[in-house]
Amino acid sequence: MSDLDEVIEEFLVESHENLDRLDNAFVQLEESPSDPEILGAIFRTMHTIKGLCGMLGFSKLESITHSGETLLSRLREGQLQLDQEITNALLATVDAVRDVLTMVEEGGSEGESDYSTLVATLQRLASGESAAGLGEPDRQEDATGVSEFAEAGLEEEETFEAGEASSPDLRDPTPTEPVKGSAEAEGGALASPRRRSVAESSIRVDVGLLNKLMNLVGELVLARNQVLQHMVSQEDPVFQATSQRLNLITTELQEEVMKTRMQPIGNVWSKFPRVVRDLAVSCGKKVRVEMEGRETELDRTIIEAIKDPLTHLVRNSVDHGIEEPRDRISSGKKEEGRLSLRAFHEGGQVNIEVSDDGGGLNLDRIRDKAVSRRLVSVDQVESMSDREIGNLIFLPGFSTAQKVSNVSGRGVGMDVVKTNIEKIGGTVDIQTASGEGSTIRIKIPLTLAIIPALVVTSGGDRFSIPQVNLLELVRLEPGSEGLEMLRGSPVYRLRGRLLPLVSLNDILGLVSHQDLASHQDGVENDESREHGERALNIVVLQADDRQFGLVVDEINDTEEIVVKPLGTHLKNISAFAGATIMGDGKVALILDVLGIAQESGVASGQVHAASVGDPSEAAHGQRIAENHETLLLFQVGGQERMAIPLALVDRLEEFSWNDVERSGPLPVVQYRDGILPLFLLREYLGGCESRTEESETLQVVVLSTGDRWLGIVVDQIVDVLEESFNIERRTRRRGVMGSAVIQDRVTDLLNVEEVVAQLDPEFRPAPRQDERALIGGGV
Amino acid sequence: MANRLFCTFWVGDLFFGVEVERVQEVIRFQEITRVPVAPPEVSGLINLRGQIVTAIDLRKRLGIEPRPEGEDPMNVVLREEDGVVSLLVDEIGDVLEVPDSLREPPPNTVDEVAREVIREVYKLTGQLLLVLDSESAMKFSAAS
Repeated sequence: MSDLDEVIEEFLVESHENLDRLDNAFVQLEESPSDPEILGAIFRTMHTIKGLCGMLGFSKLESITHSGETLLSRLREGQLQLDQEITNALLATVDAVRDVLTMVEEGGSEGESDYSTLVATLQRLASGESAAGLGEPDRQEDATGVSEFAEAGLEEEETFEAGEASSPDLRDPTPTEPVKGSAEAEGGALASPRRRSVAESSIRVDVGLLNKLMNLVGELVLARNQVLQHMVSQEDPVFQATSQRLNLITTELQEEVMKTRMQPIGNVWSKFPRVVRDLAVSCGKKVRVEMEGRETELDRTIIEAIKDPLTHLVRNSVDHGIEEPRDRISSGKKEEGRLSLRAFHEGGQVNIEVSDDGGGLNLDRIRDKAVSRRLVSVDQVESMSDREIGNLIFLPGFSTAQKVSNVSGRGVGMDVVKTNIEKIGGTVDIQTASGEGSTIRIKIPLTLAIIPALVVTSGGDRFSIPQVNLLELVRLEPGSEGLEMLRGSPVYRLRGRLLPLVSLNDILGLVSHQDLASHQDGVENDESREHGERALNIVVLQADDRQFGLVVDEINDTEEIVVKPLGTHLKNISAFAGATIMGDGKVALILDVLGIAQESGVASGQVHAASVGDPSEAAHGQRIAENHETLLLFQVGGQERMAIPLALVDRLEEFSWNDVERSGPLPVVQYRDGILPLFLLREYLGGCESRTEESETLQVVVLSTGDRWLGIVVDQIVDVLEESFNIERRTRRRGVMGSAVIQDRVTDLLNVEEVVAQLDPEFRPAPRQDERALIGGGV
Repeated sequence: MANRLFCTFWVGDLFFGVEVERVQEVIRFQEITRVPVAPPEVSGLINLRGQIVTAIDLRKRLGIEPRPEGEDPMNVVLREEDGVVSLLVDEIGDVLEVPDSLREPPPNTVDEVAREVIREVYKLTGQLLLVLDSESAMKFSAAS
């Protein structure tokens, strides 16, 4: 199906709805003729239809609706009073529009009927020439004219229906895809009555009904879960098979019903390129449309609600935002303007941006206009920031367009945009830079949307965390290194960066089986570490521009959740964004990541890396110091375990004894086109013979500085681990800097400098640059 | 004088009534998801056929000692202006039709919390029916 067909079909369905709404509104209006709200609603509906007609090039429709709109705008401004005649004329307008739409639907064109009399009537009424002034006969004529249209419409409709009825195929209940219908139409069967009317090919379902369905499915899921639980204790194979089937069907049904509510925003956007193109052409501009995030899914209700506002914004951007080509060229821009649409989830909200690279808002003019229209006082304007002034355009009754154009203007638009978006709990904001363009950002809360979430458990309760905020998950095994206290606040070294940690249990005042403090104690106190500590689960989250780690008891699973708002009593708890019903029917709270970040002080920047002490300084102190380092563990001389900071290690190599040559007193091997002197650590430490067997391969830890290498021969490489350790005991033993308990075993730390000095007084091992950066300090 | 219909229930030894029009339904104990850092009166959230409803413990609200272990509360689900709320009560009574003539304002001597939530009192034989002012009963977030 071509884009155009799709657009027109949408237009038809929408316009039919709009017309029905108009009919009702007119009836209401007759009861209370001066109700500004009803008048406003009618006016906006007419405006919408007109706008759409203009977009799609239905000039006849456009002229009818334009005249109707003009008349309505006089009524709205109170310059005219509604009377019978005007009502008749307006109703005739609605009928005429409906007729033309039918023609479009049937034949793809506006048909041959002439509506100039109606247009003239509308114009005459709008110009304020009342029937009384012109005398009775004129009015009669009008009335006749009006009823003619009405009759004509009726007739056409009847013909159409008759055509339908006469072809029994059409009553075939098998639904035909709209694609097929249009293909047929393209295939030459253009005006064939067989073609299904657009309104029939799709069904519009009340969202309320979908919600009800959704709730029912939820109930079904509950019942299913109970059946499944029951199934475990049953041995009847038939029952088991049936339950499984029920299970599958329920899951599928749940997914499908969910899907009925979700739509990618691209559905709304897809008509914009065409809209923009046509509008640009009619304004003599060149505009390119860019889209990003069109797959962002939104709840159907939201899509419906933002469709009109978005169309308004896009049209405004093209009409008022982007300059005429020659203005653009003279201000050094590309002739072609850019309109970009962006949609993304952020901070639990859906953001939609409409931005252009046009001239930006003329803030002075907005200021003047707002004052002259008495929307704000002079004093108020004086104290306003540019941004606040920009946002004045959302005030009702504001329109900056110099000329009222066919496309936008008349003061409908921005205020309606704002009202509609606020109706669904969203916000609109405009940012503008003179000469560079404007960006309008719409934020819609996720209360209506279905989002993927991570389910965690803390303090025995389940919570879900919107995945938009989720960066990664880290699991710290008991006693593992990396957790530090920084002036009482726990932090974790995540790949060299300090990640402030926040315990969910602390924030929510929950009791848990472990907390950060005890984990930390475990590091400092070797006894408590042995008391079966559990692993620490860190959920790394993004809040605004900051990252933090949320410590939870357990990380469960991911789940698609439907966000439900909290009741009034709980709304102001910043830690929660809402609640949801989990797969098993239980309620779980949704965490508001931003709220938690603020509450815990993470987002306010209290935790700063600036206060990190230099660990190497501490190590030189007299007191028992604590170190955090990635260590290489190796064995040398029987059971003795030793460690060396991995930062100093260049490579691990294996050599055969056969490769070992002698250079003076030193054993050496040829290595990388050079000579690697070997240091027999065991001999140095214990003085015993290291050369036990000839066949034994040599495990060599290679240290390097520039182009020089040095190999330390050890018995066996044990492990590489990131550890937090205390140097417990200073020692005067040869080659040992001290001892520490690492992995529950006493481990000697090799005094690398001393060892190296033995071999080559000039050699100073240099930590590898990347390692250094990663670890952030040596021993 | 008109008679009015009340849905009645017990909280501790107090006999309460709420106008039937306000009551959406009365259901058995539902599993409650507690809400940390919520006001103490809020017991948590229940899943009412897909709708998430805040459950308010009337005992807590009235300052009565907690329900004995093992006794599950009942839910009186009310339709309030700003949504559906469930009141946790001890036991459900009958729906009573009460003549207006028995009505009196609550005596000034009852304690403050009680006066806040009791709108009027009906002098039934052998029993006082306290009409719950559900709106005030649900206003506490500011206080706590």
